[in-house]
Amino acid sequence: MLSLPPSKARAPAVGLGDYVMSGGVLRAMIRFENVTKVYEQNARPALDSVSLEINRGEFTFLVGASGSGKSTFLRLILKEDKASSGSVYVAGQNVANISSWRVPKLRRGIGVVFQDFRLLPQKNVFANVAFAMQVIGKSRSIIRETVPEVLKTVGLEGKERRMPHELSGGEQQRVAIARAVVNRPGILLADEPTGNLDPITSMGIMGVLDKINQNGTTVVMATHDDDIVNEMRRRVVELKNGKVIRDEAKALYTSMIPVVGESRRLKDASGEELNRAQGAQL
Amino acid sequence: MRLLFILGEIGSGLRRNLSMVISVVLVTFVSLTFVGAAGMLQMQINQMKGYWYDKVQVAVFLCNDGSTAVGCASGPATKEQQANLQAMLESPAVKQYINDFQFESQAEAYTHFKEQFSNSPIVDSVSEDQLPASFRINMKNPEKYQIISETFSSQPGVETVSDQRQVLERIFSWMNGASVAAMGVAAVMIFCAVLLITTTIRLSAFSRRRETGIMRLVGASKTVIQLPFILEGVIAAVVGAVLASVTLWLMAHFWLNGDLSTQFLNTPFISSTQVLVIAPVLIALGAGLAGISSLLTLRRYLKV
Repeated sequence: MLSLPPSKARAPAVGLGDYVMSGGVLRAMIRFENVTKVYEQNARPALDSVSLEINRGEFTFLVGASGSGKSTFLRLILKEDKASSGSVYVAGQNVANISSWRVPKLRRGIGVVFQDFRLLPQKNVFANVAFAMQVIGKSRSIIRETVPEVLKTVGLEGKERRMPHELSGGEQQRVAIARAVVNRPGILLADEPTGNLDPITSMGIMGVLDKINQNGTTVVMATHDDDIVNEMRRRVVELKNGKVIRDEAKALYTSMIPVVGESRRLKDASGEELNRAQGAQL
Repeated sequence: MRLLFILGEIGSGLRRNLSMVISVVLVTFVSLTFVGAAGMLQMQINQMKGYWYDKVQVAVFLCNDGSTAVGCASGPATKEQQANLQAMLESPAVKQYINDFQFESQAEAYTHFKEQFSNSPIVDSVSEDQLPASFRINMKNPEKYQIISETFSSQPGVETVSDQRQVLERIFSWMNGASVAAMGVAAVMIFCAVLLITTTIRLSAFSRRRETGIMRLVGASKTVIQLPFILEGVIAAVVGAVLASVTLWLMAHFWLNGDLSTQFLNTPFISSTQVLVIAPVLIALGAGLAGISSLLTLRRYLKV
């Protein structure tokens, strides 16, 4: 779990009714305040003044075409990148104020899962999950106790000794999820976790993520997979060209509400860009 | 746990990059051997200076039993001849050129000889009467050596007059040159070693980017991520430094104090125990170089 922030970092909670202490615990786990991220000076920003809040225990889908800013959003939470302007708060703490030697502590509170699993090929399932505990100095007895528990949670009981190449894609992703949550992070970020999997396997993975979310972990999942989003009916944040164009609770992959003003403005700016983006969205 | 983990990482890193690690070991070995050799030469120069320099400029050797020079036809120098020479040295004609002089008897010569060659078996095979007695003259101006030489070499009872300082200076300048050359080679080799360590660490970091990427994501500290890489470089360099130290010791033990000391009887060589003073310096130098170059490489190629 992330520790509570120092009062200094909490200061600018102005005009946001949601951002209050409830029973000593902050509701907003992740908060973006007018965040802009520019990678190259003259290019279009990857994120364009995004303001957003994700509460503790929430399950949020991040949807949008490739290049819409989903990955940048996740990278900013991890402090892999620095926002060009605006502030990113994780568990109430402004990540810009976290010194580089304390970044590892921030990351211990965040689990990450990728499309390509990123397992260590020469280590078996148990060792892959244990690796995440070893490198932060957990004792051997705690590792021996915790890893089987987590493997059970993700549905991999009895497969501790298997090597990654002996597992199916779905099973490999389960190992990756086990590794991401074995240190009990408050946040789980998933960057297209089902991108390499077939629909049925994907639903299995979603079941695992749902279970983790039920246990109180805040889950943010970037995805292209409309079936999954439509099935789960959770909060959907849609990004387009670095802007949030939709933020709906219990929503579908494609919006029911047309976002007229936004589309027109974009069409005026660059018609071609809009067509490409819409094509991907449909 | 974390220590074991780091040790395991170092082990796997060294194994995976074995050929590069071996080349780092060899390059540091060669470069530090040259550094050490330069150091040994300097020690040797000091050793020789300590005994001879400033103490002696010109020596007038008297005849002894084995002398073959023309002036020694009548056998070893007699007491009268010796007194005669001393009187000449004290005469105003000679005295204006010299600061002072002293007489070194055969007994004294033998004592000095034993001191100089305490590390050498040669002491046992030389007896007191084989060494010549001499007048040791300290010149006001070493350049006036010719005057002393002309005055004394034709005297009865004098075997030879030698300007030892000139001989020594030539030897010292040659040795100094050799030590500078060794340092030059060492500098080039150290540069190679640094480049090689840098490349090795880079390769190592690249071949383990999966692991380090995951370590970063799960919040491993900078130390846990970087230490194995730095220690890999340091271990390889320290192994090289130890090899260099052993080589230098073997050289001092078997070559300087073995072969050379029997060939050059009247040269005091440094002992092999003195060489051991260089070893910690070399190891510290190797470890320091490797540590710093690894650290700088990681700063560029392994983001944390």
